[in-house]
Amino acid sequence: MQFSAWEIIKQGLTGNKGWKPHWRDPEPKSAYDVIIIGGGGHGLATAFYLAKEHGITNVAVLEKGYIGGGNVGRNTTIVRANYGLPGNSEFYSHSLKLWEGMEQELNYNTMMSQRHVLNLCHSDGQRDAFTRRANTMLIQGDDAEVLSRRQVRDYAPFLNFDNERFPIRGGLLHRRGGTARHDAVAWGYARGADMRGVDIIQNCEVTGFRIEQGRIKGVETTRGFIGAGKVGMAVAGRTTQVGQMAGLRLPIESHVLQAFVTEGLKPIIPGVVTFGMGHFYLSQSDKGGLVFGGDLDFYNSYAARGNLPAVEHVMQAGMSMVPMIGKARVLRSWGGIMDMTMDGSPIIDRTPVEGLFLNGGWCYGGFKAVPGSGHVFAHLIATGNHHKASTKHLLNRFETGHVIDEETTGAQPNLH
Amino acid sequence: MRLTCPLCGPRDVREFSYRGDAVLTDRPTTPEGFHDYVHIRENPAGPHDELWHHGAGCGGWLKVRRDTVTHEVLSVALAREARS
Ligand SMILES: Cc1cc2nc3c(=O)[nH]c(=O)nc-3n(C[C@H](O)[C@H](O)[C@H](O)COP(=O)(O)OP(=O)(O)OC[C@H]3O[C@@H](n4cnc5c(N)ncnc54)[C@H](O)[C@@H]3O)c2cc1C
Ligand SMILES: [Zn+2]
Repeated sequence: MQFSAWEIIKQGLTGNKGWKPHWRDPEPKSAYDVIIIGGGGHGLATAFYLAKEHGITNVAVLEKGYIGGGNVGRNTTIVRANYGLPGNSEFYSHSLKLWEGMEQELNYNTMMSQRHVLNLCHSDGQRDAFTRRANTMLIQGDDAEVLSRRQVRDYAPFLNFDNERFPIRGGLLHRRGGTARHDAVAWGYARGADMRGVDIIQNCEVTGFRIEQGRIKGVETTRGFIGAGKVGMAVAGRTTQVGQMAGLRLPIESHVLQAFVTEGLKPIIPGVVTFGMGHFYLSQSDKGGLVFGGDLDFYNSYAARGNLPAVEHVMQAGMSMVPMIGKARVLRSWGGIMDMTMDGSPIIDRTPVEGLFLNGGWCYGGFKAVPGSGHVFAHLIATGNHHKASTKHLLNRFETGHVIDEETTGAQPNLH
Repeated sequence: MRLTCPLCGPRDVREFSYRGDAVLTDRPTTPEGFHDYVHIRENPAGPHDELWHHGAGCGGWLKVRRDTVTHEVLSVALAREARS
């Protein structure tokens, strides 16, 4: 089904009874050319680009739960390309360009809204660091503006400019950043992949790998053995466990990150505002809810819910940056399991098992990466070579010392 | 969540900071072991031995065994004593 204005009018006039499921619900075949494990944003985008860019359509996406049940449906939907280090800079730049064409490419309303991302700074040192980052972004070909305190005040007058500890001295404005509708991104890629022949198989958990003489032969699942020429892993918070089944030992810890949403309000927040020093960020969804979050709960966790001290910290930080939000009522909070790497950057690489590829370690920043990651991972699986936008996200970089540590906090995942 | 510090008794988790997997107390003696020691983690979904620092209490390093799925704390010991 193609979406169009005409279709919407026709359906509206006929009681919206003619909409069909957006993808099929096929039985798994006995074998595929490529199997992707994990039906989150990354797995679905990978399958889509395998079919679209490389003509590989005998593909299955195996998802243990349902499409959109993982982090792709739990994140706070911020999309940006404001990274500072080689490796990440070109990758997120590539991804943002794909975001800009996504709705046309998928014929799907993913509600991509380039409503800006503003990072606040509170000291001369931080302002210098922002200026440097802005230059890095400009050199990469993306947009960046360093705002003075006064310009920030014009942009977001509701902020607390004279907090005793963190007075606002300026900001870094990234106008091409913004937010998108997370579920729609998963659905759009699922539908696009399905239309090109990819089988999306839900309620199908991978429980083991069949490896012969160092080469992948297929996967064991809760719905039986499925053969495959190549297998790509994109299981986010479960990367360690699935990797272990193939004998991989990974530089990853799983941590929980929480997020919050308030009742719907009239538009008051112009874009995404981040208060990095206080570990707080805020945006407003199209439904009007204030969407916000902060830092990890700090200890290893596989519970998709968090603990109260982190809730308290986020609320305190929010009140100190944007006092007016104290009047809004929080409706819901939730958590997701983050695959935190030892340098805070992702891994997109081959593995020691021939034919098995790894995509993981997205930490809390993998939503913005969805199109880029799917695009370069499909390229790697199809051609065996790294795409030029992702040549440095290597699995052995920890051993060789080529880590990509944006936060410069070292091998301590909960500080990235 | 609370941790029962062997020296201070049951205390709110906010008094502690988390360092990570307790393998960090097993410093390797040869250079070859260091990549594993610094980077590779078992990261289990289930019981996990980990290091916590009681910064707002006695200042002790604790080795805590905790279930990463339920957050249930299974045991707490002083890291130095747990090592030997
Ligand atoms: C609260 C929160 C806020 C966030 N905010 C942002 C943000 O603002 N911007 C941003 O860029 N990123 C953000 N992120 C991070 C982002 O959501 C993730 O990095 C990204 O979604 C992970 O990739 P994914 O979509 O493929 O993961 P998922 O959707 O989790 O997909 C992985 C899938 O693999 C499946 N799976 C696991 N094991 C198996 C198995 N054995 N067999 C079959 N299937 C399996 C899971 O069921 C799951 O559906 C946030 C995350 C959270 C939790
Ligand atoms: Zn103590």
